[in-house]
Amino acid sequence: MRGPHDVGGLDFGPVDPAEHELTFWEKQIDAIRAVIGAKGLVTTHENRRTIEQMGNDIYDTLNYYERWTAALQRQMVDKGILAQDEIDARVAQVRKRLADTGELELNAGSN
Amino acid sequence: MSATLKAGDIVRVRDDYPIGHIRTPVYIRGKTGRVEKYFGDFGNPETLAYCLPTDDRPLYKVRFLQSELWPTYSGSARDSVELDLYEHWLEKV
Amino acid sequence: MSDHDHHHHDHDHDHDHGHDHAHPFQDDDKVHSYYQILGQAMKELLIEKGVVTADEVRAALERRDGITPANGSKVVARAWTDPAYRERLFKDANAAVAEFGIDMPTTHLVAVENTEDVHNVVVCTLCSCYPRDLLGLPPAWYKSKAYRSRVVHEPRAVLEEFGTALPDDVEVRVHDSTADMRYLVIPRRPAGTHGMSEEQLRALVSRDTMIGVTTVQPPSAK
Repeated sequence: MRGPHDVGGLDFGPVDPAEHELTFWEKQIDAIRAVIGAKGLVTTHENRRTIEQMGNDIYDTLNYYERWTAALQRQMVDKGILAQDEIDARVAQVRKRLADTGELELNAGSN
Repeated sequence: MSATLKAGDIVRVRDDYPIGHIRTPVYIRGKTGRVEKYFGDFGNPETLAYCLPTDDRPLYKVRFLQSELWPTYSGSARDSVELDLYEHWLEKV
Repeated sequence: MSDHDHHHHDHDHDHDHGHDHAHPFQDDDKVHSYYQILGQAMKELLIEKGVVTADEVRAALERRDGITPANGSKVVARAWTDPAYRERLFKDANAAVAEFGIDMPTTHLVAVENTEDVHNVVVCTLCSCYPRDLLGLPPAWYKSKAYRSRVVHEPRAVLEEFGTALPDDVEVRVHDSTADMRYLVIPRRPAGTHGMSEEQLRALVSRDTMIGVTTVQPPSAK
C-alpha cells in the first residue's frame, strides 16, 4: 500500500553522513527545474507525482537528480513541449559528441 | 471550506488507501493525535498534482506521541512527531 | 564500506540500502549514464525551442550557488541576540527572514525553537522538502531513505549516529514536512557565548544544527 517514496517508519539502515558535493550536472538539472517551475510549466506537486509514479524499481535504481531528469522528460512529452522522437535523436547526438570528445561539454547548448 | 478543527482537538487520521498523489504518509494513517495549530487554507496537492482545479483546504499541524505510533518505541514517553495534514484526512475523535 | 573496496578514490560514497544516494557523477567521470546524457539533451532542446533561455538557467544556477547555510545562521544569531526579532520570527518567519533580504515566495517558513525541554529535528519522509532559501540544497543524507525512514520512529538512534545524545527528559520532536511548510530549527545558544557578537555567533551555527541533527557547541569545544 506504499508508494516507493513513502518510507517513513521503515528501516533503511544507518545514515551515511558523508558530504556529497553536487556536480555541475546535478546543479544544472536543479536549475532547469527551477526555471521550468518559475514559469509555471510544471509545479512541485506534479513533479512529485511523476517521481512517485515511476515505481519501486526505477525509484530505487536512479539517484535523486536522475529521477528529476526522468521526470522532466516525462512531463515535457506529456505536455507536448518536446516530442519523444526529438529527445531520442538529441540523446543519440549528445552520446556521439561524448564518444568523439570524451566530454559532455556541459556548458554547451546555448546558442 | 472553513476550518472546523482547532488547537487542542483530538483527531484520528483516516485509514484509507486511495491510489494517487497523497501527502499523508502511510505510517500516520489510522493514528490519533492532537491539533497544535491551524495554518490557514492551502490548495489540495491531491488535485494540483494532476493539474486539476483545486479548492483550498484547511491545513493543520498535528502532534502524535511516538508511543502511539510505534508500540515498541523505547525513547522518552514525551517524544513526538508532528505532521502538516489537510482537514479532509482528519476525523475529530 | 571496507577500505579495500574503493573504486573511485576521491568521490567514493556508500550506497545505502535503497541505492538512494547520489551516485558520484563527477565531471571527470568518463562513464555517463543515460540520464546524464538525457539531461544535457533536454537542456539543449529546451533552450533551442525558447522554453527556457541559457541566461535563465545560468541565473538559477548562480542563485542556488549563492544560497548557503550562512543565510540561516544570520537568522539564528539575530534571534539569539535580539528578543524583539525572536518574537517576530516565531510570529511570522517569512517576514522575519525577509528582513535579511531572504525571499521565500512559494513556501511558508516555520521556525521551531530548541529549549531545555524540547529538541526539534526536521525530515521530509515523502521527498526532500527543505528550507532551501535558508540552507541551500539539502545534503545527500537528508534525501536518503536511511534518514527519511528511520528518523520518525527512532530519532534518538539517528541523532546518536550524528553524535548527538539527548537526555531522556528532553522531548525529541520530529517535524515531518508533508505540506507547504518548511521548518528551520533555532538551536539553543550554548553557554559561554555571553560576550560574543552576532557575527561571532553566526560562525558557531552549522547547517546540521538548523536541521536539528546536532547541537551548537560552545567555542571552546571547537
